[in-house]
Amino acid sequence: MRYLPHSDHERAEMLGVIGAADIDALFSAVPKSALKSFDLGLPAHSPEFLVEAHMRALAGKNRAGADGPFFVGAGAYRHHVPATVDHLIQRSEWLTAYTPYQPEISQGTLQMLFEFQTQVAKLTGMDVANASMYDGSTGTAEAVLMARRLTRRNKIVLSGGLHPHYRDVVRAYLKDDADLQCLSASPEGQGDILDHIDEQTAAIVIQTPDFYGHLRNLKVAADAAHAKGALLIVVITEVVSLGLLEAPGAYGADIVVAEGQSIGNALNFGGPYLGLMATRKEFIRQMPGRLCGETVDAEGQRGFVLTLSTREQHIRREKATSNICTNSGLCALAFSIHMALLGEAGFTRLARLNHERACKLADALAAVPGVTLLNKSFFNEMTIRVAKPAVEVVEALAARGILAGVPASRLEPDDQNTANLIILAATELTTDADIAALCAALAEELQ
Amino acid sequence: MSMNNQGRPTGTGTSSFAASTGSALLPNEPLLFEIGDTEHSGVDLPDVSISTSRLGGFERKMQLDLAGLTEPEAMRHYVRLSRLNHSIDSGMYPLGSCTMKHNPRLNEKMARLPGFADIHPLQPVSTVQGALELMEQLSHWLMTLTNTAAVALTPKAGAHGELLGMMAIKAAQDAAGQAHRRIVLVPESAHGTNPATAAFLGYTVKAIPARDDGTVDVQAVKDALSSDVAAIMLTNPNTCGLFEPQVIEIAEAVHAAGAFFYCDGANFNAIMGVVRPGDLGIDAMHINLHKTFSTPHGGGGPGAGPVVLSKALAPFAPVPFVRKGDNGLELVEHAEGDALGRITAFQGQMGMYVRALTYMLSHGGDGLAQAAQDAVLNANYIKARLAHAFSVPFGDYPTMHEALFDDSFLAGTGVTTLDFAKALIDEGFHPMTMYFPLVVHGAMLIEPTESESKQTLDHFCAVMEELAADAKAGNAARFTSAPLKAPRRRLDETRAARSPILKWERVEELPQAAE
Repeated sequence: MRYLPHSDHERAEMLGVIGAADIDALFSAVPKSALKSFDLGLPAHSPEFLVEAHMRALAGKNRAGADGPFFVGAGAYRHHVPATVDHLIQRSEWLTAYTPYQPEISQGTLQMLFEFQTQVAKLTGMDVANASMYDGSTGTAEAVLMARRLTRRNKIVLSGGLHPHYRDVVRAYLKDDADLQCLSASPEGQGDILDHIDEQTAAIVIQTPDFYGHLRNLKVAADAAHAKGALLIVVITEVVSLGLLEAPGAYGADIVVAEGQSIGNALNFGGPYLGLMATRKEFIRQMPGRLCGETVDAEGQRGFVLTLSTREQHIRREKATSNICTNSGLCALAFSIHMALLGEAGFTRLARLNHERACKLADALAAVPGVTLLNKSFFNEMTIRVAKPAVEVVEALAARGILAGVPASRLEPDDQNTANLIILAATELTTDADIAALCAALAEELQ
Repeated sequence: MSMNNQGRPTGTGTSSFAASTGSALLPNEPLLFEIGDTEHSGVDLPDVSISTSRLGGFERKMQLDLAGLTEPEAMRHYVRLSRLNHSIDSGMYPLGSCTMKHNPRLNEKMARLPGFADIHPLQPVSTVQGALELMEQLSHWLMTLTNTAAVALTPKAGAHGELLGMMAIKAAQDAAGQAHRRIVLVPESAHGTNPATAAFLGYTVKAIPARDDGTVDVQAVKDALSSDVAAIMLTNPNTCGLFEPQVIEIAEAVHAAGAFFYCDGANFNAIMGVVRPGDLGIDAMHINLHKTFSTPHGGGGPGAGPVVLSKALAPFAPVPFVRKGDNGLELVEHAEGDALGRITAFQGQMGMYVRALTYMLSHGGDGLAQAAQDAVLNANYIKARLAHAFSVPFGDYPTMHEALFDDSFLAGTGVTTLDFAKALIDEGFHPMTMYFPLVVHGAMLIEPTESESKQTLDHFCAVMEELAADAKAGNAARFTSAPLKAPRRRLDETRAARSPILKWERVEELPQAAE
């Protein structure tokens, strides 16, 4: 077995040093009835080329993004990742290091996290960011719990424009909680969340661009929330939008949660992704997750450490702010490298390019008979209403080699209003030919 | 104007950072924001003209102040930073409870196949049949290795798996009219995530003391059980590296009291292919794919923590999951019946599923059992080699995958466990886990994993013996001043916490004094 260094001779020698008759003697604490009492029936070890063939066969049954026109978004976006990013994150010292609990020999990871936190704080317009969460959806649930701790109030209102999966995760985290109010889906971008804020409200949660692509007015929301002593949690699933749109912090957001996958990370069928979380300085001690901070070493040299860990489970146990232990270190590294490669100039150009592609797509779709565009505003994603059930249309286009977007009903099966809605995204990878192929096929399917 | 380490003028507004050069192969690397600026970029993208009419009036007016680097500068920045990290590939990483084993590169190569990396979680199910098949194969391996009835793949990390497992237990008890069960028993030796998870779900945590031999006191469990107890959260093998010899008796007592047995599977590496936790009576157990199944730790994630479930808990598994349908495999995305909802967007850590299954297929059932046995062999070898020079708190049983020492051998030397660990850094090793578990004084928990050769173990043991001898000989200064050879000396953590600096901020340029 190529990953196991010992020869049988060495194993015997080591057992001799231990003073054990055989390997089973080392498992003497295991009840006899449970030790090797079975035949697993699993295949035996296999050479690298056979494993590779097996995995390639599985991969070959999937239709990859690059195989043809692709317009799927709805919380995960197909962007180009520079080759440099994937090369760097596979360096041994990044890939095979553990959480930087020994700072003297982890300064690479720690300085990177400090740079990452700075990038996220700047992007969101907030004072501080943590070293990342699992993903945007779990980050949203954690933000809701954080808001409850901060306000000592319980009522949470989720906008109808919040990604349905995010809503469902918050529901699961707050199971059977009468104080959680989820507004019904708002595919037209209609907003009635402000009417639900009262003196018991801990926070309102608003996504922008929302699940259906509409841009939401954060200033009005922040003012309305703050007037009642509630917090505004802003959720962003397409972080590239921040290259073109004003940062939520500038509008008065209290907590910003984002899915960072778009920068540096592949689609990966949904994971691993990267949760971004940023907040106001005065809220740090209620923020979950790891934080990296600057300090000095015994010789006065600048260095970095994990800090404020008295919030965390390994110190506080049942009194911790969250049970979270792992973050998304390597995804954060990919994000940080890609963002450093972009810089402000590149990031702005990327965002403009995405919007320009989306405008092309929107105009082309609006000209297809049987299609109604629902968005007045959008960044790189939009919703259309078609004359047939969206699931059938999307399946029919997939059979033609075109991934036309997400039927809203896949995520909102109980809401009849979503049956004919398709959510489509464009990115820098979307070509004019892709758009033409989509619209031609769509026109035929809708005839 | 000052120059950066790449010999380029620093960006506008960059602080007067004096680049210290570091030595030879240990660079002192400035921050990204000290070498980059808002004009430089390492990507070529067209600057398209756009109309802002569809931006709702929300277009950005403020600068982001994001520093950029060209590609060669970025390459150098991140390569230089990387050299400041210890890693499994560069040396032994014997962190107890963390299972720092070799990360095969075949796993990485497979995870990057476009058929896995370039597929969207919401593209039509008919176009991702291979991905669903992979999830089903991984599930089969996990259920077979644990002899359990179901598995929920989606948890994003071990602690997330704990949360899911305990949610399933809560849902099962609520459905059975047992919502009054509000207590969760947690042994003192447990990982901090266990009590944090129970508290997160509103349970009251009741600690179970350890016996003098480091295992859980069965009688203490029985005494603590009542009709108010929802579950016990037990780590097995436990955090002292010991297999709980009476685990079956504990499981039976827990079940007899109407409670569930949550097993923390962080240490599954010691028993995979050798013992099936389902045979021990567990109801739920998370498996850290980033420990047992070699997916890389990546400097702190991403992890993956699938949870296997017993028959009793299987109906409460969360969505999504894969099942066979008339037209191939289906993805069930919406909760039916008593099932929990969703604990994450999409399908969980697919990238980790690919790596873990690649690892499993490489080892096969036989190789996984051999790996577990080698991990146990290595830990016992270290324990045997060091027993005379170190103090072994629980010496009576063979240990499992990790060897635990306490600090009594350092009594009177003026050297603490922390000092000892820092001295190990100067010898080229990553320190062991320190001060955990909490049940022994000044704990040193060493987990070599199966990946270390006998030669490496012999070298490690020789270094450990030499250090112990030196500490006992009165050379405390070597330890209290350590590390001396690392990129940094000991860092001031108190200062970091007292006045936190959590991001880089631009220092206004001071007028330059004439030189």
